[in-house]
Amino acid sequence: MSLEARDLTVSYDDRIAVADVTLSLKQGEITAIIGPNGAGKSTLLRTLNGQLPRSSGAVLLDGEPIERLNRRSISRRIAVVAQEAELRFPVTVLEFVLGGRFAWATHSGWGWETERDLDVAESVIRETELTELSARLMSELSGGERQRALMARALATEAPILLLDEPTANLDLSHQATLLSLVRVRSNQNRIAALVVTHDINLASEFADYILLMKQGRTVHYGRPAEVLRPEILQDVFQIRVLVDAHPVTGGPRITPVHEPIRD
Amino acid sequence: MNRVTLRKTIVACAVLAAALLLAIVLTSLVGSESLPVPASLCALASFGTSTCGLTQDQFDILFQIRLPRILLAAAVGGSLATAGAGYQALLRNPLAEPYLLGISNGAAVGTMIALVFFGAVEWTRPILAFSGALVATFAVYQLARGRAGATPERLILAGVIVTTFLSSVIVFVTVMMDATRIRSFTFWLLGDLSGASKTLLPVTILIAIAGALALTLHARSLNLLMLGERDAFDLGVEVGRVRILVFLVASLLVGSSVAASGSVGYVGLVVPHLARLSLGSDNRISIPAAALGGALFVIVADTVARTIIAPRELPVGAITALIGAPLFIYLLRRA
Repeated sequence: MSLEARDLTVSYDDRIAVADVTLSLKQGEITAIIGPNGAGKSTLLRTLNGQLPRSSGAVLLDGEPIERLNRRSISRRIAVVAQEAELRFPVTVLEFVLGGRFAWATHSGWGWETERDLDVAESVIRETELTELSARLMSELSGGERQRALMARALATEAPILLLDEPTANLDLSHQATLLSLVRVRSNQNRIAALVVTHDINLASEFADYILLMKQGRTVHYGRPAEVLRPEILQDVFQIRVLVDAHPVTGGPRITPVHEPIRD
Repeated sequence: MNRVTLRKTIVACAVLAAALLLAIVLTSLVGSESLPVPASLCALASFGTSTCGLTQDQFDILFQIRLPRILLAAAVGGSLATAGAGYQALLRNPLAEPYLLGISNGAAVGTMIALVFFGAVEWTRPILAFSGALVATFAVYQLARGRAGATPERLILAGVIVTTFLSSVIVFVTVMMDATRIRSFTFWLLGDLSGASKTLLPVTILIAIAGALALTLHARSLNLLMLGERDAFDLGVEVGRVRILVFLVASLLVGSSVAASGSVGYVGLVVPHLARLSLGSDNRISIPAAALGGALFVIVADTVARTIIAPRELPVGAITALIGAPLFIYLLRRA
């Protein structure tokens, strides 16, 4: 399984959101996209999933142009973890997570979950530590619990490619670690390829095998964390002084922004 | 709330279908003219093949007046409740309802145009009503649609705009009619089941059943659509195709029921809400339950409308609004 973008360009009206980005996701690898607000990170993610139209370039899923594949066959291979769920109707956590099994149904609109669907849902609910809450309504959950349910639904698809859009934004440190290890373990077992859009550069440094640094829709750097997370590059992109030293435990690059003292 | 299973769906639908059948039989015995109960039941059981001792007048009241009216009420109720459930999934808002969104008005304008210009040709009415509903649906969808679906405020404002605009079109068309028809027209606008037309009744029933089936068969897609178009897309729903299907089916349902009975309000709000409240939000159960429940609801409302001040009659829309408006306020406060 692989997902590839070649010279991808996406534009809204006349504004170019993503320009000439080339990227390749393979099983066993985690890639992080970082960059300032408006760099085109989420747009890139949405285009990789076939949702936003491209102006030029190609998105290839297992070597096939994504626009030639039907929606359900894409969804069996690519899962997206969005930032927030829209909840105007009451659904339980279990029903919500079972939504992840839709693409596996034999009929696209009718039919019932199989025993296997239930087993998969139950096991990802356990992995995301939601078992106690599985009969509760999604709207009664806290922000962090909802985010875990979104993760559980994405894992329930059993898709080998996982696209995560700010997956840890609402999570405390302990749940951040749980959620990321779910991705890490699957990746280490070569079961998934993951792409994570994040603002947390240290998280990207620790967690990702590759980093794509973007600014104004363009690739500034694409490579191993140690190659990308260098002070001169980050200072140029984020317009702020940063210190980069070695993480005391992992040895990977650790980034500390330096805020100049404000004088009046 | 337990997860919805096929078994639970079948049980719920069977109970509602039995209640519907019972309501059809019982309400056909109720009316300003009292009919002998055993003979009427016997005649109904024979599907009108035997008079079972009813006089010709009584037989005609039962089979020519009451039963068609009750069946029309069932078809209209089922159609409107199904359409309401469809609009709610499409617009991702439990307050969506064909009457409140002005879609019934769109269908009413279509029907009026058919009446004014092609008065004698009955089948033009549902077709033009469908076209009117389709245009109104499209207008509401475009106006209400925001980044995160239709918020209640946006949706209601869109509904007000479409409703008031189409109301003035209705006034315009009414003025062009001859004065003798205006009164029956006003009555019809409020929802009136007394004019069950022999030719249109089977069509209305058929559309109600086909529409409810079509939406039920896309229930799993609609379940995901209710949780956001983007998420539904991610999970494998052909969002564009399902959206067009709901647009067409819901407009067809509203068009055919308005062409037959005017604008009966709030059915699409009250019934799907009760279905979700008692059976959960899963459309695999709530759509068929709403269809059957809607039929039941309008039959009962119409029986009240035609008996409460008998021999005079109220438009059924007045009764449904009396129940629906307070519920709407309650839902709005909770939203």
